[in-house]
Amino acid sequence: MIDQISDSLHKRPRLRLTALLSAPLLWLVVAYLGALATLLISAFFTIDSFTGNIVQQFTLTNFADMFTDAAYRNVVLRTLGIAIAVTLMCTVLAIPMAFYMAKVAKPRTRKLLVALVLTPLWASYLVKIYSWRSMLEPRTGVVDWLLGPIGIHSPGFGITAVIIGLTYLWLPYMILPLFAGMERLPNNLLDASGDLGAHNWYTFRKVIFPLLFPSLVAGSMFTFSLSLGDYITTQIIGGKLQMLGSVVYQNFSINLPFAATISFIPVTIMGIYLYLVRRSGALENM
Amino acid sequence: MPKPVIVSLKSISRSFGSVRAVDNVSLEIFAGEFITLLGPSGSGKTTVLRMIAGFEKPDSGSIFISDKDVSQLAPYDRDVNTVFQDYALFPHMDVVTNIEYGLRVKGIEKSERRTRALHALEQVRLSGFENRKPSQLSGGQRQRVALARALVNRPSVLLLDEPLGALDLKLREQMQFELKELQRAVGITFIFVTHDQEEALTMSDRIAVFNQGKIEQLGTPAEIYSAPQTAFVSEFVGQINKMDMDGARINVRPEHITTSKNAHNLGRSVNGVVRDIIFAGAITRYLIDTDKGFSLISTKALDALNVGDPVTASWEREREFHVQK
Repeated sequence: MIDQISDSLHKRPRLRLTALLSAPLLWLVVAYLGALATLLISAFFTIDSFTGNIVQQFTLTNFADMFTDAAYRNVVLRTLGIAIAVTLMCTVLAIPMAFYMAKVAKPRTRKLLVALVLTPLWASYLVKIYSWRSMLEPRTGVVDWLLGPIGIHSPGFGITAVIIGLTYLWLPYMILPLFAGMERLPNNLLDASGDLGAHNWYTFRKVIFPLLFPSLVAGSMFTFSLSLGDYITTQIIGGKLQMLGSVVYQNFSINLPFAATISFIPVTIMGIYLYLVRRSGALENM
Repeated sequence: MPKPVIVSLKSISRSFGSVRAVDNVSLEIFAGEFITLLGPSGSGKTTVLRMIAGFEKPDSGSIFISDKDVSQLAPYDRDVNTVFQDYALFPHMDVVTNIEYGLRVKGIEKSERRTRALHALEQVRLSGFENRKPSQLSGGQRQRVALARALVNRPSVLLLDEPLGALDLKLREQMQFELKELQRAVGITFIFVTHDQEEALTMSDRIAVFNQGKIEQLGTPAEIYSAPQTAFVSEFVGQINKMDMDGARINVRPEHITTSKNAHNLGRSVNGVVRDIIFAGAITRYLIDTDKGFSLISTKALDALNVGDPVTASWEREREFHVQK
């Protein structure tokens, strides 16, 4: 029976391919692209302000509202700024960490560090953000209690807290690709650079950084897009801070078409980002 | 007149964990010579080279380059350049940018940089390849670029870490010849690391044979080959028959053993039977099972021999290396 199946599959390459790809394709088309399409279509619908029902009629009013209201422009710029800041902070923290893990640490320490980087990913997102809440709580929080005596105070809940929280959350997604890239980087390239007279900083700029750029891009796609879409961290440690995600979240129950319109923005930004990444050629070496 | 010493190693040692990779090595290298550090893998030769380059620091002892103690200096403060085993070309730079790298670090102005890089490329006979990426080059071409990238800096010493190891036989033989020519032309001291004894014999002015972190013997290729001072050297360099005779271990090279169907004696002889005849182009190897219980290889036959022929193998006593067991 099994022999027959494998025989007939062997003779029909097309059938073999169908069997292999049908499940993932179905998932991709129905669950992913389907949902995305529904979302995008509903962005052109509107809501009956009297009954609260969705009116399935094509209109551009949502987009007109979004582009004319300065409040939304501010939210977009603020969210973009936060996503960029988080990505930069993650980069600055992850590069030395990844370098240490891949090139300096002994194999045993390296395994331990990889485990340590991964462990936070197993903990619940909410737990981690609530623990940051208790860290950053003005006056009674851990930061004020521990560092207050030496003059360092918690920034309180707001944009700084959100950047800290998101940096903490997404840092592993930056460290891991950088670590992988750093491990692939042959040691003798670093030796060769030193041998040719380059000091460490020169070697970093001319050899390590360019070769690590694809990994950096891979990591930044996580840190940037995850920050762009966040709405929970903002609610818990952002104070009154509004990000794109929280605007979508707030409109979700009262005006679904408008929420869909707003969600266009991060999707478009990510589209532009991916296009730029593609044009930079960074993905060709991945 | 003694030649000036350019690199001097004074009792250097280096351990990795419990392994003593380099054990109290002293060596004087003369300006302009082609010296080879020869030995099996793990014998310490590469570690010595890496210590001269500055990638490793000796645990004890000191290293002098041009009379300056460089033991604690970083690689970028030493007047040496290295050609790496797998070339270590920067994959994101084209050929000419790779070659210019060292000059750019030193802040040499652009037009001079380009002139010198193109000249170096010409020296390794790769003109016209300046805008290729390393990935678009063959192994032999990468090798030449690596060489040009090192030579363009005009170092006083060039270190070569098994640079021909990854090339196929034909190309390797051609590069051996070219390297030697190049060394004569530029007059730079070459310190060459290899595990290939034939390569060492072909190219070197002097050879230092390494074993277990120590130099077993230092000498010209002729001295190393014809007058090995230790059992290890006689066995590592060239082919050798290891024979237990008269209660002693005697080593004799195959080309010094004459085989004949007739009884003859040049000093010492054994009787045996031809077990196999291996034709290898320029030479033919006769594998002989002796009646003393060991086998030997001879490459000199006085008669036309066939497998199964009873023969006498004989050699002069001065061709023997007596080895302490």
